[in-house]
Amino acid sequence: MKILVPVKRVIDYNVKPRVKADGTGVDLSNVKMSMNPFDEIAVEEALRIKEAGAAEEVIVVSVGPAKAQETLRTALAMGADRAVLVETDAEVEPLAVAKILKSLVEAEAPGLVILGKQAIDDDSNQTGQMLAALLGRPQGTFASKVVVEGDKVVVTREVDGGLETVSLAMPAIVTTDLRLNEPRYASLPNIMKAKKKPLDVKTPADLGVDIAPRLKTLKVVEPAVRVAGIKVADVDALVAKLKDMGVA
Amino acid sequence: MKTLVWVEHDNASVKDATLAAVTAASQLGEVHLLVAGAGCAGVAEAAAKIAGVGKVHLADDAAYANALAENVAPLVVELMGHHDAFVAPATSNGKNIAPRVAALLDVMQVSDILSVEGPRTFTRPTYAGNAIATVESSDAKLVVTVRGTAFAKADANGGSGAVEAVAATGDAGLSSFVSAEVAKSERPELTSAKIIVSGGRALKDGPTFEATIMPLADKLGAAVGASRAAVDAGYVPNDYQVGQTGKIVAPEVYIAVGISGAIQHLAGMKDSKTIIAINKDEDAPIFQVADIGLVADLFAAVPELTGKL
Repeated sequence: MKILVPVKRVIDYNVKPRVKADGTGVDLSNVKMSMNPFDEIAVEEALRIKEAGAAEEVIVVSVGPAKAQETLRTALAMGADRAVLVETDAEVEPLAVAKILKSLVEAEAPGLVILGKQAIDDDSNQTGQMLAALLGRPQGTFASKVVVEGDKVVVTREVDGGLETVSLAMPAIVTTDLRLNEPRYASLPNIMKAKKKPLDVKTPADLGVDIAPRLKTLKVVEPAVRVAGIKVADVDALVAKLKDMGVA
Repeated sequence: MKTLVWVEHDNASVKDATLAAVTAASQLGEVHLLVAGAGCAGVAEAAAKIAGVGKVHLADDAAYANALAENVAPLVVELMGHHDAFVAPATSNGKNIAPRVAALLDVMQVSDILSVEGPRTFTRPTYAGNAIATVESSDAKLVVTVRGTAFAKADANGGSGAVEAVAATGDAGLSSFVSAEVAKSERPELTSAKIIVSGGRALKDGPTFEATIMPLADKLGAAVGASRAAVDAGYVPNDYQVGQTGKIVAPEVYIAVGISGAIQHLAGMKDSKTIIAINKDEDAPIFQVADIGLVADLFAAVPELTGKL
């Protein structure tokens, strides 16, 4: 079985994003970029399934600019076998990404596609579900546990009230939540080895996918800021405040 | 515009998140509801009483008992033949189902809307709430999910919608429900609580979290939340997590205990009316958003506070 893992190059999660003064978006110039954290979890999970003997090959794919090759190399250094970059400088919406992935899935026929549940830039939380819909396959979203059992995959999901477990017929789509695993760091020898692993470059046009955006961003602004309030000296003063508010 | 709102329920009662979605939908046009479940006729009756609701579509079938997206999405797509917008609360069901519907309709979804600015224009948070985007859809139909804390709740009473049964679209045969581990609690639900007491990594471990946070929450009749650090460290289960990747809350009073205030956490609670922070580090970022701060060792301050309330 092959496992396909889409990864996205995003602003590093430790960097505080700055909105551009002209309101057109977030300033990404000279900002540290990294693999979307949920996607790192997806790569790790695919590698663990392969290491457990349930898969033979892990293919990573990214849709984005030429620099997304760095993100793919990171995934290869973690242990993925080969990579595909679908290169475009345009901003690609989840629906178009799902269409690109559908085309790759049809070519590669993986048993599992494991994606991050959302990217920490646009926070859409859509691509996995959309891919599942376009392929007519089941989806196990927000996974905290993934177990391959024959031709089924059993996914425990993080849901509002707690946890829910579903059984999906493979091929299936899984999206990762935070507690699925702790991604590994790439070792230096593996980083060197990753440079020699195959990385194919295609374009959305090669795959026959129209990536024209459906949503138009009219403006982007900073959220309303909260101003710091007062500090109280001790618990008695806090109790008095709570009583004033009618809370206690 | 005719909207179709996903009713969040447990086959017994309508969940509050639905009411915020109804408010958002009413700003777009006529509000129709979809109650899909098994043995959920009572839910449809209750949903018909929500103020402003026109028709309630009831799909009562075993295939919908656990809201599996594979079974529900084709039903929604069918109903979207005569609706213009699908509106779902941004609950775990809403987030699971809506994009599947959107892709089947060839629509780019607008996730987690904060406001309706026009018939096809919305604001939504990006970058963990650090940038608010105004977006306009060019698709023929709309699919949106609604952030519950950003809209007032529609009145659960006063409406007189008509319940209409719709034919089930059957089991897609792709997925099946195995089990659920639902946390049982006497405390209010996090997303609808008036007061929340939240604990962070400083609480040390599960038993200490329990012994420190729970008595204060019980005294205040509050729900209990936690930071991602506390959940990752295993002090409390995942459904306690408040933050961009957990639950988004906006109670009257949010008491953050031993929480430093990572961007991720602030994104989930900064719309609370009053934020109170107790932390021994006076430089903790949480104090930059707190209305009332107390710089103190929580292990002394919290029991004292609980005792004096």
